[in-house]
Amino acid sequence: MNLTLLILVPFITAVLILLARGLQQIRVIGLIGSLIQLGLAGWLLKSFLAARAAGNNAAHLFESNQTWFKALHINYHIGIDGIALAMILLTSVIVVAGILVSWTMDKLSKEYFFLLVLLSMGAYGFFISLDLFTLFFFLEVAVIPKFLLIGIWGSGDKTKSAMKLALMLMAGSALVMVGLFGIYYNTHTFDMVQITQQGIPVGVQKFFFPFAFLGFGVFAALFPFHTWVPDGHASAPTAASMFLAGISMKLGGYGCLRIAALMPDAAHTYSWIIILLATIAIIYGAFATMMQTDLKYINAYSSISHCGFVILGIGMLNKTSINGAVIQMVSHGLMTALFFAAIGMIYSRTHTRMVAQLGGLLKAMPFISTVFVIAGLCSLGLPGFSGFVAEMTVFMGSWQNPDGAYRLATILSGASIVVTAVYILRATGRAIMGPISAEHALLSDATWNEKLAAVLLIAGILVIGLAPFLINHLIMPSTDAIMLQVGKVTLIK
Amino acid sequence: MTYNILIQLRQELALALLIFILLFIKLGKDRSNESILNFINAVLVINLAAGFCCHETGELFNGMFNTNALIVFEKNLLNLALLIISMQSYAWLKESKNVIEFYILTLTSLLGMFFMISSGNLLMFYLGLEMSTIPLAAAANFDITKRKSSEAAMKLILSSAFSSAILLMGISFLYGTTGTLTFSILTAHINGNPIQLFAFILLISGFAFKISAVPFHLWTADVYEGAPVAVTSFLSVISKAAVLFTLVNLLYKVFTPIATTWYLVLVVLAAATILIGNLFALRQDSFKRFLAFSSIAQVGFILIGISGSSQAGSASLIYFILIYIFSNLAAFGVVSVVSALTGKEKISDFKGFYKTNPMLSWVLTIALFSLAGVPPTAGFFGKLFLMMAGAAKGNYGIIIFAALNMVVSFYYYLKVVKSIFMDENEAPIQKLEVPAISKIAMYICVAGVIVTGLASVVYDYIYSLSFGL
Repeated sequence: MNLTLLILVPFITAVLILLARGLQQIRVIGLIGSLIQLGLAGWLLKSFLAARAAGNNAAHLFESNQTWFKALHINYHIGIDGIALAMILLTSVIVVAGILVSWTMDKLSKEYFFLLVLLSMGAYGFFISLDLFTLFFFLEVAVIPKFLLIGIWGSGDKTKSAMKLALMLMAGSALVMVGLFGIYYNTHTFDMVQITQQGIPVGVQKFFFPFAFLGFGVFAALFPFHTWVPDGHASAPTAASMFLAGISMKLGGYGCLRIAALMPDAAHTYSWIIILLATIAIIYGAFATMMQTDLKYINAYSSISHCGFVILGIGMLNKTSINGAVIQMVSHGLMTALFFAAIGMIYSRTHTRMVAQLGGLLKAMPFISTVFVIAGLCSLGLPGFSGFVAEMTVFMGSWQNPDGAYRLATILSGASIVVTAVYILRATGRAIMGPISAEHALLSDATWNEKLAAVLLIAGILVIGLAPFLINHLIMPSTDAIMLQVGKVTLIK
Repeated sequence: MTYNILIQLRQELALALLIFILLFIKLGKDRSNESILNFINAVLVINLAAGFCCHETGELFNGMFNTNALIVFEKNLLNLALLIISMQSYAWLKESKNVIEFYILTLTSLLGMFFMISSGNLLMFYLGLEMSTIPLAAAANFDITKRKSSEAAMKLILSSAFSSAILLMGISFLYGTTGTLTFSILTAHINGNPIQLFAFILLISGFAFKISAVPFHLWTADVYEGAPVAVTSFLSVISKAAVLFTLVNLLYKVFTPIATTWYLVLVVLAAATILIGNLFALRQDSFKRFLAFSSIAQVGFILIGISGSSQAGSASLIYFILIYIFSNLAAFGVVSVVSALTGKEKISDFKGFYKTNPMLSWVLTIALFSLAGVPPTAGFFGKLFLMMAGAAKGNYGIIIFAALNMVVSFYYYLKVVKSIFMDENEAPIQKLEVPAISKIAMYICVAGVIVTGLASVVYDYIYSLSFGL
């Protein structure tokens, strides 16, 4: 199957949205487009597994390589491995949920849906790229929609948040750009497959790894470049928050993983710094969340903490931890999207996100409250949900590293889960349980579109949580391939 | 021989012919501005199309005048830019009493640029340069009733005269040490002795004046602000492009023996230009001043590309100029329509612009994103290829510096986008009736901004024409 469809479908959807008239037409087109994407992703999964079962062990399936800029050796090279496929599945689920949640968006709805679809196009393009140039291209394609979505439809200090987010992400991509130039001029190609084969000189790796890794790290909310996350997420409209935390931050994590695989020597050299930063992010994020009183800020800060696990897993550079990092990306994407969806539903009814002003919502809106609780339990790592599987795998991986300092980092990160439990349970207790105020008592529960979105996301969380072998089966061969790269160096050492 | 002249000089001859026709129209009976403008725009379209018909390599007048496929292409780019400017200024020119004079001045200037680009001799180059500058000063004074316009013209003519003098001094030093002004002979005589280096510095300073590179940029903002929008866009796009084409020709073909020297000069100029351009652009409220400073910063990026001194270097320059024509003219087009219909030229006037004029807002936004270098617009590719060409030298300090400056420039472009989309305004610019012909020009620009980047054939074609050190 042709992977370009994953870009074409959103593109056509976006064009049709521009031509459509009236909210009804726009949202129906958006929904159909996103359902086609979901179908494509599902079909992709099926054919991927079938090909693997048939014994096709190529590193990347559905590969296609076309010359783009001939003079500069830039190719439109696409293909997916298990990790990319997991990310594509995640993206398609969140896009459907995001569109469903925005069903009643009536302010400039055409532009709104157009930008959402454009953002998803950037994400798909990013995940299918095997060429660093196209990867970078799609990374930046996804920035501008975020700026406009937050700035136009956001709440609170929206223009400042939008500006901060756009500038920090652009700074991140400027760093990535420098790193990519370094790779290009020392290997004469942007093609990741070729680069993997021919390797990058160690000196070059050590100089350019920090640029590329930190650049992607900005997208993944790596400490100390996480400051765009709370403001950006809190100001964004619901669907944009979901996309931002569910898809966009994963671009960063995925990019970090690819860079670590491309430059394994440097990854080993700098791994202690990566782990240090990740541990700080995990602990700092968790404690900062405790101080928040706004539901969106709570989820945003906890995202910093959770994304720290992704970086931690990558930094530990062993098979289990990288597996854990990938599962954590998918799990956090689903979980945080669900959380933001629930918060958005609550906010659209109560017009407040302050925990102190809420209470007893379970009585008025049982469905939304249940969704909220599920998202919370997943976030604090309750077994049965995806969060447990992901974080457990990361810990198991990172414990394999016998070095004392690495053990310490693992223990500290593990301790943060207790903090997570504190803030999640406290927020849940205040907002969902307890007595309900008179004005909130009459509020209605979720509508069909909101229910559908939530069920979709919860299904994803449960599949990973109850049957982790499924996703493991999908990503394991790809992590093996990455470990082959990373492992080469360890042997030389 | 006659046939040769006709073919090789055809773009120049066409312009000269057009100028004469316009003079005769002026002498004849009064015609309505609309009919004159329609006629001129039609002729400019034909002129542009004819430019693409054929290209050949050759030289005339003992090497004074060169032409080849690349030079023909560069001239076509300038023709295209003039056409777009002419279409965009429709609303403004319709009300003007001196339409024909405007075209005579700009066409003469363009003619001078053609000779400059084609020059194979420093004298010819100087003639072309002067011929292109002096009419522009008159054009800058086009709003005769406005003081600012006269001030702009005065500043332009004084600073150009000054830079021309410096340039001329450099040329004479060069002549003194080498005994020739012909490019092809000059190269063999350049050995990097101190006088030649001094001459080179004078020469490059003259160029830096024309392209408003820091520290020779001080005239830019005032002139851009005072001159009518059409002239400002002409100055910022066409005249800069012509000088840059010539500069790259000189550097890559004539000054090859001192390539290491001029590499350093370019890097220093580029760094200063990007930084100062960005810092000043941050705090502008006048749209024209804002575009002036942002175009200064763009020149800095162009210089980085040129410093790559490879085929990719000159290719990325020409490619970027093409993109710059589309994106900058789209921005100027919107500003020019708004200014012609409402007289408003401030960024703060554009607050809430999206509510009243969504189409114009998108054109402006796409143009600004392209200038900022955001995909999928062509500006992303243009800027990236410039930086890539520069990075080939392995000097990553300047690349990192430029990359971080891209973020700064991103900030001020976003600020304008923010005003358009997000800021509230009680009295936004009312809904504007844009003349159809200006609309077409804007659509051409937007299409150009999107297609030029994604369609790699454009870059590959330019690359095949280009030359390296």
